[in-house]
Amino acid sequence: MNGSSLQLRVVAAAAISPSLRHLQLASADGAPLPPTGAGAHVLFNLPGAGRAHRNAYSLVNAPGSRSRYDIIVRRVTASRGGSAAVHERLQVGDALEAQWPANLFAPIRGARRHLMIAGGIGITPFLSYLQDASVRQTGCELHVCCRETEQRVFAPWLPADAPVSFHWDNEGHRLDIAALLGHQPAGTHLYVCGPSELNASVLNAAAAAGWPDDQVHTEHFGSGGGGEAFEAVLQKSGLSVQVAADESLLEAIERIGVATPCLCRGGACGVCVTTLLEGEAEHRDHFLSQTDQAAGRLIMPCVSRSRGPRLVLDL
Amino acid sequence: MSIVFKPDETFRGDYSYRNSEAAILRFPFPFPEDRYMYSVNMEPHDGKGPSGAYRHGFDVDEHYIAECRDRAITLERDPGRCQVLPHMMTAQWDTLELLMDRLSTDYPEHFSLNKSGPDFGATWTWINRPLGLEQSFVFGDAATLPCEPFEYITRQAQGDFAICDQREGTLFLDAGMVTSQADWSLDFNVGMNFMEWHGPVPLAHQAGVFERALKYLMMIRLGQPVRRLNWTMTVNPRLDTSPETFPEWGPDRASVTPENIGRKLHLRVELQTLWRLPRSNALLFPIRCYLAPLDDLVRVPKWGKRLSRVLGNLPPQLVEYKGLTRFLPTALDYLTPFDDGATLPVGTAADTACLTTTI
Repeated sequence: MNGSSLQLRVVAAAAISPSLRHLQLASADGAPLPPTGAGAHVLFNLPGAGRAHRNAYSLVNAPGSRSRYDIIVRRVTASRGGSAAVHERLQVGDALEAQWPANLFAPIRGARRHLMIAGGIGITPFLSYLQDASVRQTGCELHVCCRETEQRVFAPWLPADAPVSFHWDNEGHRLDIAALLGHQPAGTHLYVCGPSELNASVLNAAAAAGWPDDQVHTEHFGSGGGGEAFEAVLQKSGLSVQVAADESLLEAIERIGVATPCLCRGGACGVCVTTLLEGEAEHRDHFLSQTDQAAGRLIMPCVSRSRGPRLVLDL
Repeated sequence: MSIVFKPDETFRGDYSYRNSEAAILRFPFPFPEDRYMYSVNMEPHDGKGPSGAYRHGFDVDEHYIAECRDRAITLERDPGRCQVLPHMMTAQWDTLELLMDRLSTDYPEHFSLNKSGPDFGATWTWINRPLGLEQSFVFGDAATLPCEPFEYITRQAQGDFAICDQREGTLFLDAGMVTSQADWSLDFNVGMNFMEWHGPVPLAHQAGVFERALKYLMMIRLGQPVRRLNWTMTVNPRLDTSPETFPEWGPDRASVTPENIGRKLHLRVELQTLWRLPRSNALLFPIRCYLAPLDDLVRVPKWGKRLSRVLGNLPPQLVEYKGLTRFLPTALDYLTPFDDGATLPVGTAADTACLTTTI
């Protein structure tokens, strides 16, 4: 199967706590979904008030599922964005567009042991880890830092025999990160997903305890093709196009029918290199040298964007 | 269109391998321009392209049965041509699923896959008609197959396969089925990272090709495979040109004469594709080998002219690295008369629907 976008349908939806909602999704036409691995996420186009939102959520279903995807979404306080859409608007039967799954947080298959630390809703990628047969076979443990009452919320999502400990902010229940990291066998890989303060304190503790960088992993979603909207003026064509926040410069150029040679569409091959006449590029490619990027006369429109409101291209 | 297989042709001994006229016309000719240099020449593998060889995810052609037999012979002599490191079992199943799904969808007259059970089925029945195989097994349970899943399915596919594990900011060659390689050794390279296994390639490192390529490869997404072509030249239509068997084929380079070069010297093109695997997050790297002798290639006038120009302009380091030194002058003597010097359009398409007559 080749593809990039998925048409999904909500087949189940339920509040699992005042701030968490579970959605179960299937392919809109009933066909099998692309299977996924532990740690995978999906980028959703969520219907918003006035405009669409693109939010990425970790899949919490078992790896390899072809019949359904499951996500758990926390309502962000005062959000008018994607999480509000999930909580307020999406109902069973609603259609939803998404991108094919991607994985920026896969378990390291050669690890001798997997040590996971989650903060609150950061538990979601580890729910799929704990359903991965090879992760379980290798040996693993999950430490969850959350409010005391949240234990009950997450418990039904954990396999019955999963090695999980809960920690909360109360005497005798706090996670002693330094002690935990200080007593792990060589070859253990550490994964952390949570609020930035938790991530930082775990990473610092790991560095202080001498953990190799290659054995410490944090979840971070890619920037994708998006960013601030800006105007691109195509001088030779005498055209101008508004590049939206969620499309690439190349996509915007193609949208108005200007032919641009391209190949990889990922900033590596160099085919779409274009002369920049005015404006400051935000370079995101791997093709231009640092010198070329600093000179500011070239841009790779497949991935790079504008730092200011306007770019003028020799197209 | 059903494929007419050539089950009895050989890639060793009497070398009875031959391309049909249709096979020549669909040859994935690798040179879009009159000069060749390394580049990050990758593009989406999306069913489009100037050759029928790009139509499906995994190309099956008239040589399928004979190539599978040649692989079995090589594995019988040297089981080390298939090696999988222990942490790659999830990637093995990913590979089996991808190949079985694709082959049964793209070539339903030759391959069938039936899945039964919940969640679109864990009990699978696979039928391979060209090889006369039928196997029922449980997806994820290696004990239900006659051998491990990667070896099982790649014994039934054309071309070599490597699986790269992605970690530590690079790719590791942690599994392979390699019996039709252009003089590299799986046994030597298994477990190496991307920069290590590309270490011997000349010129490309200085051009920064590998840094860019690696970053690009690590971003390849599920559902969006990419491809590139690589090439060399091989004397006789031999798939197994490995370092391990060099004494068997190396001396053939000295057997080329002006009289026999047209049928003996083959352009060897690798259609390399790259696929993100879903469960393991590894990258599958199939390397599909196509062979065409000079006599075949000059029957497409554009290709004969272009090959003459590319070989005439090749940097000396590439001549040496690709092992062409000994026979290159003879090859140019053969090709030059086919080149009238006309300007050729950019691109690899044959630009003709019928071949010139056999010489």
